[in-house]
This record gives sequence, structure tokens and C-alpha cells, in this order.
Amino acid sequence: MARHIVAAVDEIPPGGRRLVEADGKKIVVFNLGGEFFALLDRCPHQGSALSGGILCGLTLSDEPGKYHFSRAGEMVRCPWHNWEFDIRTGKSWFDPQRTKVRAFPAHVEAGAALVEGPYQAETFPVKIEADYVVVEV
Amino acid sequence: MTEAAIDCDLHPGLPSMASLFHYMEPHWRSSLKERGVFQLESASWPPAAPSTVRADWRGPKGEAPCNVATLQAQVLDRWQVGTGILNPLFPVQLPFSRDLSAAFARATNDWIRAEWLEGDQRLRASILLPNAIEESVAEIERLAPDHRFVQAMTLCMGEIPLGRREWWPVYEALSRHDMPLAIHAGSNWRHPVTSVGWPSYYLEEYTANSMGFQASLASLITEGVFVKFPKLKVVLLESGVSWLPSFLWRLVKSWKGVRFEVPWLDRPPSEYVRDHVRLSIRPLDVPEEADTMARLMEHLGSDELLLWSSDWPHAHFEGDATVPKGLDAALLKKIMVDNPRATYTRLREGVPA
Repeated sequence: MARHIVAAVDEIPPGGRRLVEADGKKIVVFNLGGEFFALLDRCPHQGSALSGGILCGLTLSDEPGKYHFSRAGEMVRCPWHNWEFDIRTGKSWFDPQRTKVRAFPAHVEAGAALVEGPYQAETFPVKIEADYVVVEV
Repeated sequence: MTEAAIDCDLHPGLPSMASLFHYMEPHWRSSLKERGVFQLESASWPPAAPSTVRADWRGPKGEAPCNVATLQAQVLDRWQVGTGILNPLFPVQLPFSRDLSAAFARATNDWIRAEWLEGDQRLRASILLPNAIEESVAEIERLAPDHRFVQAMTLCMGEIPLGRREWWPVYEALSRHDMPLAIHAGSNWRHPVTSVGWPSYYLEEYTANSMGFQASLASLITEGVFVKFPKLKVVLLESGVSWLPSFLWRLVKSWKGVRFEVPWLDRPPSEYVRDHVRLSIRPLDVPEEADTMARLMEHLGSDELLLWSSDWPHAHFEGDATVPKGLDAALLKKIMVDNPRATYTRLREGVPA
């Protein structure tokens, strides 16, 4: 698994997303309140681009007529059939074991560390003073 | 015929409304006579339609069979039926007055008890529910102590969708008494029987019942009735069967996209059907031959959903062809014995003292 520098942190603000490419794969990177998550940009159902889906929260209920809303903006809906996927795990809500999007580890690294490390960033100009999103593909 | 076969849909005929007068409170007995109300018929079952009563089961004047002796001769003794469930179709749901509707329901249920249940210990019955919810609960409470009443019955096209919370006191009562809700084909004629308006022909109305069942089932599932009442079972009578797989496929498919509307459903709608809903097999809405039946069972994905019914005296088969062709012995035993026994707690109790 190789590490890819895919974006500078300030290019994906909290609540934002960005479509990137790494190892020939289209990957959508989300920023949830400063934490970064990367999903394959392909719905496991029929292949639609999840990067074009709306963000939503998770509504659960323990009884008809009761609505418990949580995790605003932490789910993405596929633009074609509205299936909900958990951005943190890639798992669908309705069938988390079998219907899930491939998720890649993502984290933030300081530019100073990246310049020296074993990273694949040949085309990505890295500044020592900035922070970057690194995805392992 | 399997020895202990359970016929889940028998329709006892009412000789005339006068037969009910004896079972009505004095006010209703008197005022119905005074007003000249001697007849109440639903357009759902036109008396002369060949499908309403099989030709060889009609009386000398073409009338529907309307006593226990005829039921014994035509069904119970002839086919050695172990248990038969009576589902009266006298249309108590029609009156707009909920008091009159309830009075008709009480009288019909008491008539069933006195003139049918007392007449043969193999018989059980539905509590016929009136066209009002409080009165329906009262009727369940009144009759539930008599365990020969094994379920309560309403129609698939009523005033409001069956899953709505207004109905929930009925489901609470049924759950508490461990009785299923039976939903029979038919309308109480408050709304057009198709969702696009009044049809011109009986043919349209007859086939539109499957849409009524689909709407009722979708309502029960989406409103969360089976979440709120996890013990409740629902039996669809004269619903047909073959529409269920395609209807559920669409319901499940769409649920995946909009399940946030109904977040109390924590599994696909089809699973609630598998756990809570059963269907009688007559009239069967597919050609009755082995290949088709095998495909239907494969699409249903379960051998526990179907309940045997002759639908006496409606005309769905000739002679003694009581079950569709192409069902093997093991499946027949499930449909005719095991599934009804699993559905009806009160059938497992045996014959009441």
C-alpha cells in the first residue's frame, strides 16, 4: 500500500470534499470537522460517482414517530438511488456487511515530514510549512 | 386431504337480515324494521355473479349456502377438514353511522357464535370489525374471551390506511389477545376502489383488490405497526399471492433510498412481511400448474407464507380440486396444517371445553 499526497489541507475545508486520483483510482476525500476520510468514488450498486452525492446526517428511531438525528454531514448519498453510506467507514446503512464502498486510510501530514518520507508526490508540489492530506492506496 | 387440514377462509351465508334481528338490541331491531331496512349488500360480491357462489353449491333458488349442515356436506365432511375458520362477509362496514355499523357487527358475531360455532366444534371464526376504531376495540374485548374467535377481520379498502396510528388501539388489543388481524378483499366504499377513480366494471373492481392489499400492506409496514407490535400477525384473505414478490422488490428497492422517512424500520420491508404476514391461497392469481407453482414458491422465498383456503362458497375450482396442482406433499402439509397452526395461537390450543 503506497502513500499518496492528494491535497493540501486548506484545499478541503470542513464539510468539503474533493475528487482526487491516486494509483489510477478516482477517490473522493471528505473533511469531517478536520478529520479526513477517503472513499472510492464509485457506488458499489451501479457505479455512480459518490463525489456528486449530497451529504446528510443519520436519522435513527427507537419507535414509530420518534426521530433521532445525529452525525450531520457524515453520510453521503449516492446521486443515483440515494443509498446512504457512512463516510467514516464506507458502509451502507441498510446492509453494512455486504454493501460498502471501498475506504482508504487518510491522514494529515506536515509538509516538513513529507519532503523526506517515502511518499508518491512527484507531481504534487509540497511546501515545508503547509499540511497535506495523505491517502494510502 | 391431509387429516388435520385447516381451511382458513370460509364464508357463512346470512339467509337474510332478519336472521340478525334476534341478535340486535331492541332499539336497532325496532328501528330497522320501522325504517324498512331489510337488506344490506355490498357490491363487492354480487349475489348472481358466478364467482360469488359456485353453481353446485347454490340452493334451489340460486341462494348462497347459509347453514352449518350445508357447510358440513360441501366442505367439512366431504374433505375431512380438521378446522375451518368462518369469515363472514355481511357488510357491517358499510353504514356511515358507527353506531349502526357496530350494532350490525355485534349481531353478526353473535349470530356466528350461536348458529355456526355451536353447530360444529371444528369451526372457528373471525371477529367481524365494525367501521369505527373504538367500537372495533370494544368488540374484540367483548369476544376475545371466547377462544373460538381466532382473529379479527376488516377489509382491504377502508376509510383510512390500516397502518395509521388511529388504528393502533385495535392492534394493541389483538396483540394482547394473541390474535391476528385478517384483512379480506373488499371495500367499505368510502373511496373509489381504484386510485384513479371509479371504475366502470365489476372486472376492474375485482382485480383492483390487489392494489388495495398492496396499499394496506405498505401502510402497515411503513407506519411501523410491526415495530410497535412485534407479536402482531396479519393474514391476507382473497388477496392473491403472485403480486407480493414484485411489490416487495420495489418497496425494498425504494426503501434503501428513502429509509430516513421511516427510520423505525431497521430491516428491509420484506423481512417484516416474512415475519408477520400470511396469505390465503384462494383465489390464486397464477395458472395452477407445476412449473408456475414452483416458480412462485421460489419468488416467495419461503414455504411459511401461504395458508390453505377453499374460499367456500366462492367459485375458484371444480369438484374436489381443493389445492393447486404442482405442490408436493411436504409443501401441502405446510400450507394446510403447519402454517395455519403457526399463525393462529388459538388453533394450537385445541378444542375449547
